[in-house]
Amino acid sequence: MLGIDQKNILKRIRGRVLLNNVLKGLFFASTTIGLIFLALLLYRILTQGIGYLNSGFITSFPAPYPEEAGIFAGLIGSLLMIAIVAPVAIILGVGTAIFLEEYAYKNRWTKFIQINIQNLAGVPSIVYGLLGLTFFVYMLRLGYTLLAGGLTMSLLVLPVIVVAAQEAIRSVPSDIKEASYGMGASKWQTIRRVILPAALPGILTGTILALSRAIGETAPLIIVGAATALYTLPDSLLSKYTVMPIQIFNWTGRPQEEWQFVAAAGILVLLIVLLFMNAIAVFIRNKFQKRY
Amino acid sequence: MGKALQNEAMNIDVQTMIENKRKKKSVSGKLEKLIPAFLFLCAAVSVLTTAGILFTLLRESITFFSNTSIIDFYTGTQWSPWTGHFGVLPLITGTLLITLIAAIVAIPLGLMSAIFLSEYASDRVRKIIKPTLEVLAGIPTVVYGFFALTFVTPLLKTFIPGLGIFNALSAGIVVGIMIIPMIASLSEDAMNSVPNKLREGALALGATRLEVALKVVLPAAFSGIVASIVLAVSRAIGETMIVVIAAGASPALTFDPTRSIQTLTAFIVQGATGDTTFGSTIYYSIYAVGATLFVFTLLMNMLSQYISSKFREEY
Amino acid sequence: MNTLMKQKKVDNKTSVKTDKKEIKHTKSEAAMDKNVFEVNNLNLWYGNDQALYEINMNVPQNKVTAIIGPSGCGKSTYLKTLNRMVEMVPIVKTSGSIKYNGEDIFSDKHSVEGLRTKVGMVFQKPNPFPKSIYDNIAYGPRIHGVKKKAVLDQIVEKSLRDAAIWDEVKDRLNENAFGLSGGQQQRICIARALAIEPDVILMDEPTSALDPISTLKVEELVQELKKKYSIIIVTHNMQQAARISDKTAFFLNGELIEFAETDKLFSNPSDKRTEDYISGRFG
Ligand SMILES: Nc1ncnc2c1ncn2[C@@H]1O[C@H](COP(=O)(O)OP(=O)(O)OP(=O)(O)O)[C@@H](O)[C@H]1O
Ligand SMILES: [Mg+2]
Repeated sequence: MLGIDQKNILKRIRGRVLLNNVLKGLFFASTTIGLIFLALLLYRILTQGIGYLNSGFITSFPAPYPEEAGIFAGLIGSLLMIAIVAPVAIILGVGTAIFLEEYAYKNRWTKFIQINIQNLAGVPSIVYGLLGLTFFVYMLRLGYTLLAGGLTMSLLVLPVIVVAAQEAIRSVPSDIKEASYGMGASKWQTIRRVILPAALPGILTGTILALSRAIGETAPLIIVGAATALYTLPDSLLSKYTVMPIQIFNWTGRPQEEWQFVAAAGILVLLIVLLFMNAIAVFIRNKFQKRY
Repeated sequence: MGKALQNEAMNIDVQTMIENKRKKKSVSGKLEKLIPAFLFLCAAVSVLTTAGILFTLLRESITFFSNTSIIDFYTGTQWSPWTGHFGVLPLITGTLLITLIAAIVAIPLGLMSAIFLSEYASDRVRKIIKPTLEVLAGIPTVVYGFFALTFVTPLLKTFIPGLGIFNALSAGIVVGIMIIPMIASLSEDAMNSVPNKLREGALALGATRLEVALKVVLPAAFSGIVASIVLAVSRAIGETMIVVIAAGASPALTFDPTRSIQTLTAFIVQGATGDTTFGSTIYYSIYAVGATLFVFTLLMNMLSQYISSKFREEY
Repeated sequence: MNTLMKQKKVDNKTSVKTDKKEIKHTKSEAAMDKNVFEVNNLNLWYGNDQALYEINMNVPQNKVTAIIGPSGCGKSTYLKTLNRMVEMVPIVKTSGSIKYNGEDIFSDKHSVEGLRTKVGMVFQKPNPFPKSIYDNIAYGPRIHGVKKKAVLDQIVEKSLRDAAIWDEVKDRLNENAFGLSGGQQQRICIARALAIEPDVILMDEPTSALDPISTLKVEELVQELKKKYSIIIVTHNMQQAARISDKTAFFLNGELIEFAETDKLFSNPSDKRTEDYISGRFG
């Protein structure tokens, strides 16, 4: 009556609904672009690399000819890297998380450590490489060794593990902690026997995801001197080493097309290892999910 | 009766056992007292890492700037360390160019994905698409670099014949794709935490989903969205392998995306892998470049944290 | 002078000795009206908010003491003060004294852990650990250093029997305690508290999350347990307090208004506020 023209409103509604539907389509299309890109990437690498992916490729050292080259040194190197990073980063990361969640007073210092960890998570990985180069390679005189690379990587993934462990510890319900303290358990007994077991699945999942980040990292290891071509396996913490991404990087840089296929085969091995690790993480999450 | 007796005997056992153990436990009790100290040391490693990064970058940069004027460094337009030219501007513009292209790709796509996931997709669809999208974030960057060089660049070349083998465009696009999940996921989280009653209020007035998304949800989640974008941009600035592989190693003061450029990160890799000797000017220059990069990303991260901490206060 | 002192000392010694003898002699009688807790002028603050005011209360041994009062009056706070669980809240401050079997619980001589092994606690919501039934019960003995499997087996069985749940769970001791019903879980929690043979059991609304049948079982259990333990139980249910307790304390706004034999408190309260509360006029 008062200027509200029902007909006009209906017409406008139709327009608004149409716009809604059109943009819904656009939003959906945008979402699929990321997915299409992912599918394309996986498809390309699979078709390029599958021809070179055989047992010889996995068990061979680098070679001057594409047909003979292999990723053995990188594969073993990556696994050794994990063997160093996992214990160091888990002890430091979980220790830090326990300290922050259970021991530290909630004061300015704790907040400072917390913010500091958040900031560390945002530092570009290559900067960790520079830290490792100065500190581990030169100052501690470790040189371009597996140990220097492993310690650098440990610092790199540390913030990720801390944050994951903190979340896991925080999600342990306080009533079972109270039950433990109520029976006269000390703080550490409660942490070790109640809190950590309950938080373990979350900690493990976060840790595996952090380790899979470490496996894929290239830049910091270039800086701290991972070898591009290695014809023997590392036999100690102070040996030269290489890792899969470094080998892939090296192959990618070669002009002949065959090397691209070799690189793609290397990527396939890397992705399979990552897939395997993520599958373990998902398995742990599903298997041990606690019903509170 | 016998059972009762036995129980009676055990009563004393438990009590006295606890009492005895309590007395004996003093050794492990002392060890327990060391645990907080040990955990504190663990936490200190993070702080020391930060201190180490600052110290490393600062010390080597200062050495560098004692030979090369800091003003020349930040105003010089030629970066050619092997001929003694240390003007960092080309590396900065290279980084900005890559970041700009990545932002142009990732911000609209990431935001639209977030809107779709948060406002349109059913729970089931979201549960499938979101983790799949996050797979993108888990792919090693060396793989992206390989793909940019061997697939995206040749593809782009069919549209832009003048495109070089190494170019900023291809690398920038792929960096953009890499950071899409970051924007999509974090923005979706922010939009999800907008209370449903706000949506319902608008829907009940006859608003379409689109109007709710744009006029209610986006403004309410604005700071969370901005924080996610800033964080993603910071990631783009620090990205290394994609640009090393696909954008080449030709420092150039240009915003022409079809050309080869070099970023701050790419130079650090080049400087550390070439036959740079410890203690040479080039060696120190990678730290000066690293410090520049660090300051850029630190500022972005702090900005993102500041924005999102304000955001948290709102609810 | 010197001799006098000596004389006195000897006197003291002998008198103590005779005291002890006497106590031993009449142990069962003395136990009847002995107090496990003697609370004097207890005040408690959460930061700047005072939650308990000048509480004076003697909790009798081997009796069931009920604590009633409206929500927020400080019942849980008081209960948690008795085993110092309240100190988990960092801003808590207390004044006054609490003596447990004659010894100050706040003194540095005794550890909190020691106190809590003697003063067990059962919580409002059943809170078993996400472990097997067996591990739940064995938790207390284990943390206090009991390791032998045979001993643990015995303790587990006895505690479960005492908590009247042995028959229901004896075939599934290795199953996760989460698989039990709420009422069963609560009795598991009681058994867990019994496993370290405390003197006192504090119960904070142990039946408020349970159905009527489980509630009845827990109430019967409390009756059974008071033969061996001193029990302090917070409840919102006045019938429950009347049914199961020997003495009842009424709290209001952080003050102890009245503390008397349960029969007396419910039939003939001496304070007007108690009367108002039990007749349902407020709270
Ligand atoms: N952790 C805490 N921090 C600050 N104040 C608290 C805390 N816990 C309890 N209080 C305050 O202390 C007072 C007493 O609380 P308490 O939990 O002891 O009450 P209650 O009698 O057990 O109530 P209910 O019957 O609801 O369980 C209340 O005013 C409450 O707000
Ligand atoms: Mg209460």
